[in-house]
Amino acid sequence: MTMREEIEQAAARYPDQRSAIMPALLIAQKEHGHLPGPVLEEVADILGVERIWVYELATFYTLFHTEPVGMFHLQLCDNVSCMLCGSDNLLGHLEDVLGIKKDGTTTDGLFTLSTVECLGACEMAPVMQVGDDYHGDLDIARVDALLDRLRATVRQATGPDLTAAGTPGE
Amino acid sequence: MFEPVLLKNVDMPDGHLLSTYEAGGGYKALAKVLTDYTPDEVVELVKQSNLRGRGGAGFPTGMKWSFVPKGADKPKYLCCNADEGEPGTFKDRIIMERDPHQLIEGLAVSAYAIGAETAYVYVRGEYVAAIRRLEQAIVEAHEKGYLGRSILGSDFNFTVHIHCGAGAYICGEETAMLESLEGKRAQPRLKPPFPAVAGLYASPTVINNVETLACVPHIVTRGAAWFRGIGPDKSPGPKLYCVSGQVRKPGLYELPMGIPLKELVENHAGGPLPGRRIKAVIPGGVSAPVIPEPGLEVGMDFDSLAAAGSMLGSAGVIVVDDSTCMVKVATRIIEFFHHESCGKCTPCREGLNWVVKVLRRIEAGEGEPGDLEQLEMLCKGIFGNTFCALGDGAAMGLRAALKHFRDEFVTHIEERRCPFH
Repeated sequence: MTMREEIEQAAARYPDQRSAIMPALLIAQKEHGHLPGPVLEEVADILGVERIWVYELATFYTLFHTEPVGMFHLQLCDNVSCMLCGSDNLLGHLEDVLGIKKDGTTTDGLFTLSTVECLGACEMAPVMQVGDDYHGDLDIARVDALLDRLRATVRQATGPDLTAAGTPGE
Repeated sequence: MFEPVLLKNVDMPDGHLLSTYEAGGGYKALAKVLTDYTPDEVVELVKQSNLRGRGGAGFPTGMKWSFVPKGADKPKYLCCNADEGEPGTFKDRIIMERDPHQLIEGLAVSAYAIGAETAYVYVRGEYVAAIRRLEQAIVEAHEKGYLGRSILGSDFNFTVHIHCGAGAYICGEETAMLESLEGKRAQPRLKPPFPAVAGLYASPTVINNVETLACVPHIVTRGAAWFRGIGPDKSPGPKLYCVSGQVRKPGLYELPMGIPLKELVENHAGGPLPGRRIKAVIPGGVSAPVIPEPGLEVGMDFDSLAAAGSMLGSAGVIVVDDSTCMVKVATRIIEFFHHESCGKCTPCREGLNWVVKVLRRIEAGEGEPGDLEQLEMLCKGIFGNTFCALGDGAAMGLRAALKHFRDEFVTHIEERRCPFH
C-alpha cells in the first residue's frame, strides 16, 4: 500500500478529515523517518486540509520529529519510577559509550539519545523504548548487550562490513 | 478470599486471543444485555454497582452515562481514554496487551447502554504492542459477530476504532483528548458544555478509562451486588494497583478497593529493598500528594485517600525509600508537569517554569532564604487558577512534599548542598 492509500484508509475512520491528521503524520513518519516541511505539505494535500493544521500538530506532539533522528532512537524514561531505579546512571553510561550528549545523534547516524516522560511500564523500571519496542529491567550490562544487538541488526541488513576488512569491492 | 477477575487472563500465554477470552466466559455479558436488558437497564445496573471511574477522578460511571441526552438527533460517541500517561501507571497497558477482548466487550456493553454505534479508543502512541493486540482483537471480534452490524442477531450496530496518540500527557484530560481526536492540539476545553452533551464533533460523548470499561462485563455477569460487596460501599469493586519504585516486587496487583496501602506495599509487593526503609509512598501517580511512611495505614480508595489529603488517582503507587532525596523527587515531578503543560493558561505554563527553576537551584545547593516561601506563593498562584487539573496536580504534589519533608528542603538551603549526594 502506498503512503497515500494508507492515509486515505485511516481517514475513512473519521467523519472529519482533520481527525486523520495525527494518524497520517504517524504513517508519513514511518515512511520518511521524520517529518520535514514538504512531507507535512504532502499530508495536508492528501487529506485536503489546511497546512497550518498539519504544522501545528507536528510541532505540538512529542512523538513527531520535524528533524532527522538516528536509525535507532533510544528513548530512556527518566520519570520518577525509573529515576528511583537508576535511570540517571544509565543516561550517563549511554552518553559515555555513544560519545554523545542527551538529544544528540552519533556521527554514523545510528543512535539518537533522548530522555522521555513515563512510558507506562514502571513495573520493569528502568525502561527504554527503541523504535516500537520496550526494554525493561535495564542495568548497564543489559544496555550494552542491547546496543550490541542493535548494531548487529545493521550489519546483518547491510552484509559484511567490507571496508573494515580492507577488501572493498570483493 | 478475593478472586481476581480483571487480571484472570493476563498471565495466560494466549490471554489476548478470542478463544481464551470465550473459554473464560467472555462475551456472555454482551449476549446477556442484548437479549435481556434495555439500554436504560444497563445504565441502572452500573449505577447500582457504584462503579466509579478508574482513570483518576472517581466519578460514578452510571451517572456519567445517564447525562447523555435521550434520542438526540446527532450520533453519540463512546471514547475510551487509553492515553495512560500518569507517571507510575501501567494497568491499562497490561489489559490491552494481554486481555484486549475484556476491553472490547466492555466497550460494546457500554456503547449499547448509551446508544453509541462508534467508539474511539485513544491509545498513547508509545503503546505499540497494545495497539497491535487491540487491532487483532477487533478483527477477531468482527469475524465472530461481536462487533459490526446486527451484533449477535440484535439490532445493535457497533464499531471500534483505534486512535493513536502522539505523546502528550494532557490527552488524559478528557476534553483535551477530544480536541486531539478532532485533529487539533490537545488543549482542554472550557466546560460546560460537558462532553455528555457536546463532546466529540459536538455530539453527545461518554469518555471512560480502560479499567472502568473492563469492569462493566463483570458487573453484568456477576451482578451489581457482587461488585458492591467488594471493598467500601461508596467506592467498591476490584481494583488494579500499579506498584513501582524502590520495592522488592514491583508489578500490577488486583485487590479489593480500599485495602490498606501498607498491606499492598509490604505484603503483596514485598516491602522495601534489602537494608532500606520506606520513607514515603505516592499512592496514585505523581499528581497524588505524597504520603510519608507513618500514614501508610490509609485505605486505597477514593474517599479514604481524599480524607488523608491525597488521592487514589490512577492507583500508580510509587515507593520511595530512605536513600532518596525528596527534593530531587519533587523536582522531577514538577519538571514533568512543566514539560507536559499544554501552554493554554498562564498560571500553569509560566508558574511551573518558575517553580522548576527554584527547585533546581535548591537541589543544586544554590537555594536561597525565602525560596520555600516563594514556592508556596507559586503554588497558591497555580492551584485553583488553571484551566484543567494539570496545574492543580503539580501544586498539590509540591505542597505535600514541602509539608511532609520540609526539613530536607531546609537542609539543602542551609548546607548549600544535597545531603544525599
